[in-house]
Amino acid sequence: MTHPDAHRTIETVWRLESARIIAALTRLVRDVGLAEDLAHDALIAALSEWPETGVPANPGGWLMLTAKHRAIDRLRRDDRFKDKIKDIGHEYADQQRVAVFTTDAEFEAVLEDDPLSDDLLRLIFIACHPVLPTPARVALTLRLLGGLTTEEIARAFLVPEPTVAQRIVRAKKTLAEKKIPFEVPPPAERADRLASVLEVVYLVFNEGYSATSGDDWMRPELCREALRLGRMLAELAPDEPEVHGLAALMELQASRLRARVDADGHPIPLPEQNRGRWDQLLIRRGFAALLRARQLGRPAGPYVLQAAIAACHAQPGPTDWVAIATLYESLAFIAPSPIVQLNRAVAIGQSSGPEAALRLVDELADRPELRGYHLLPTVRGDLLARLGRDAEARAEFAKAAEMTANARERDVLLRRAG
Amino acid sequence: MRFLMTTNGGGPAPDEKLFTEMALFIEELTSQGVLLAAGGLDPKGTHVSTKGGVMTLTDGPYAEAKETIVSFALVEVRSKEEVIEISRRFWAMIGEGEGDFRQVFE
Repeated sequence: MTHPDAHRTIETVWRLESARIIAALTRLVRDVGLAEDLAHDALIAALSEWPETGVPANPGGWLMLTAKHRAIDRLRRDDRFKDKIKDIGHEYADQQRVAVFTTDAEFEAVLEDDPLSDDLLRLIFIACHPVLPTPARVALTLRLLGGLTTEEIARAFLVPEPTVAQRIVRAKKTLAEKKIPFEVPPPAERADRLASVLEVVYLVFNEGYSATSGDDWMRPELCREALRLGRMLAELAPDEPEVHGLAALMELQASRLRARVDADGHPIPLPEQNRGRWDQLLIRRGFAALLRARQLGRPAGPYVLQAAIAACHAQPGPTDWVAIATLYESLAFIAPSPIVQLNRAVAIGQSSGPEAALRLVDELADRPELRGYHLLPTVRGDLLARLGRDAEARAEFAKAAEMTANARERDVLLRRAG
Repeated sequence: MRFLMTTNGGGPAPDEKLFTEMALFIEELTSQGVLLAAGGLDPKGTHVSTKGGVMTLTDGPYAEAKETIVSFALVEVRSKEEVIEISRRFWAMIGEGEGDFRQVFE
């Protein structure tokens, strides 16, 4: 008897389990590329067997066990591995642990002795390693942690599939060549390395939340993927306030996904959104994550501050713009950037009036980082319109429309310019 | 996409082992970002019916325990196949029983 649904089940199980399988194998072979190949061998075995035998009772366990067996076969045949063990022995002083595997039982013991969650955390740190260029980190993270195919990543980021494939191949090669250790970084490096991880996750979220190009203004499935990675990270590294800060920020922003577009797919600005469409469950989860960050009792970092701002917007009743302006001031202090200043100007525009805000925006006008940033003329246009300087406002909206690469957003701006 | 998974009453009573396994499973789904909310429901519920603008409340229990929803989980997954896999693991733990999952429209 054949099982026609087996293929879809295999794909799904792969997506759910591949990160853990690759993480467990990477600890063993210390090579993320080889680990992925071995896990793929198990996937191929499933594809050939399950349609005949049916889906096993514990499909994830089947894949993990098969991957382990493939690893044993492969490693025993591979002379390079013997050298690798020597290297590892010298480098990590854990030759005992990774000693030559003579029986399956010993091999299993090595795989079982660390909790899987540590493996996953190490895999995230490898995928987001600073030796890799940012687009490679993003692609590798989605591939190894999210279980997305090269094709899905390419579609999500609107880049050709071969480009993504090449990024991943090069990234794995770089990690192998530079002998990047499979470890949670030592304390001295940890803050920097964690920042790189958070940056990748937030980048994926933002690409989904405000698509920088293309016909859709949002790609919610990318937001959900990032949210999932962020939630996972919050459980894997629970003592890091910024991890909870990022999780909180994404939950709170995602709570507005449904309210951000009208029926025709046009963006709706925050003050005009129907709050009834905000997802209260995600708002509560966001508040809970923010609370976890604060309970750690350390000074607020950029993600915690941004989450606090998002939380102000999510509160019922009139928005506390004074509090938001203050939070932006703190953010500008620890993470100075003209974009933060621009956001601060928007908050001041609400708390102290358009005139004060316009002065701040005009100070930013010559900043080279904001050249070509369509939100600068958009904000300026808003403030001018509120001051009754309509002709100037329309000119700013027209300028902004020219700058944005997003079709939906351009429509809205052109309407305001007209 | 979100699904509401529910279980009905009438299955075997949970023992210590099942509680432990279930706690681990819930922790795992939470840390994977899949489980958004879950809870158990009092099997004794109150039935509400209205007719002609008049509301009638009828106390449980129901005639058949398996007609009653006794627990729920709200999960966020990428496909229907994922919720099937999660159900498969869930029911493998329970052993025997009945339930449903239904997509939540957004």
